[in-house]
Amino acid sequence: MSLIYPKQSLEAYPKHLSPGYKSTIKRSPSKPLMIVPHTLSELTGPVYGHDAIQENDNDLTKQHKGEPLGERIIVHGHVLDEDKRPVPNALVELWQANACGRYVHNVDQHPAPLDPNFTGAGRTVTDAKGYYKFITVKPGAYPWGNHPNAWRPNHIHFSVFGHSFLSRLVTQMYFPGDYLFPYDPIFNSVTDEKARARMISTFDLENTVPDWALAFRFDIVLRGREATPLDNDEH
Amino acid sequence: MSEITPSQTVGPFFAYGLTPNGRCEWDPNGSYSWKNTVESNLVTPDASGTRIHIEGTVRDGDGLPINDCMIEIWQADAQGRYAHGRDNRPLPNTQFKGFGRSATDKAGVYAFDTIKPGSVAGPGGKPQAPHIVVCIFSRGMLRQIYTRLYFDDEPANASDPILTMVPADRRGTLIAHKQPGADNQYRFDIRVQGGDETVFFDI
Ligand SMILES: [Fe+2]
Repeated sequence: MSLIYPKQSLEAYPKHLSPGYKSTIKRSPSKPLMIVPHTLSELTGPVYGHDAIQENDNDLTKQHKGEPLGERIIVHGHVLDEDKRPVPNALVELWQANACGRYVHNVDQHPAPLDPNFTGAGRTVTDAKGYYKFITVKPGAYPWGNHPNAWRPNHIHFSVFGHSFLSRLVTQMYFPGDYLFPYDPIFNSVTDEKARARMISTFDLENTVPDWALAFRFDIVLRGREATPLDNDEH
Repeated sequence: MSEITPSQTVGPFFAYGLTPNGRCEWDPNGSYSWKNTVESNLVTPDASGTRIHIEGTVRDGDGLPINDCMIEIWQADAQGRYAHGRDNRPLPNTQFKGFGRSATDKAGVYAFDTIKPGSVAGPGGKPQAPHIVVCIFSRGMLRQIYTRLYFDDEPANASDPILTMVPADRRGTLIAHKQPGADNQYRFDIRVQGGDETVFFDI
């Protein structure tokens, strides 16, 4: 399989400078990025297999002595390429706040309790169909210092590897119908409404386990598609 | 129109998930544990070649160190081969992945221990000078930025097909400098924004 990585696909991404999110002002390149061809160095990328993960790495409710507090949820979906073909053996990592909206990171000073039974980190590798699944608790909303009374919508941070280093994606998964969406400059840094919708999981009644946990589906589409005869060879 | 999932910032709290055993001191009470998936030491027992240490400071537009940055590197082995299906040449270093990850510490410093990569094939069959692809994530970055690290002791830099595309007055931002008096230690500072801004690639 020899994929190409059209740069037009990146139009869905936020701009590096998005002043509503204040930290981008000093942390975005000010000079134009240089356009260079994709070489073997970009068209290859790290490969992680099932040996990278251990049992319960994908179950954030089983990493401590007791169960964490909060609303137990299943987060699952497929990792796909731009042709919507599954990306098998893709390493998927996530991290999140606990049910109270508190991260275990010591930089987080939000005065909400830590949960001794919850770290908030998970990892898994997709199967042959590109499928992944996590069990966790729904993260709480939390305040941040970007502007007065700023709160982040509920979200789970995702880190995903695909077919090359160009497919590398770090993103955030949101929950449907969040009332904080209109006020969040990070969510709204993606200016296209349809593209924003691709970061929102869908409630999945079919896979909700009776008397146990709600399910949310989150498919992740990475850069990379098969060249058509019309495509110029980018090598 | 393609329908990829948009990027979002890695935020300030990634360390306990992505670089838990690294340079960032994140644990509020020393009771949490989570092991690294990816290490900042890429060296495997079977990796041949010159062992090197790469270290540098990441700075923002005010020249202030970025203490919540994550750097990922991707490189070939000493023979110039990538541990990936698209590079289908036989690999003697079967354990060497060529991928590493380092958080920055309080002073904005990241570091890697690895093997000096060999020359790899480039566009039109022209060889590329030994280099490492560098990908930078941080709070305040809504999407990753890519750059390349070259070595100041490589004559092949003069004919590298990518480096020679970079305006001569900015080429220096892509060069790691071998430290005098130290064994195979290189310094590679990254300036995200400003007068001496590192060259980043739109790839
Ligand atoms: Fe967050």
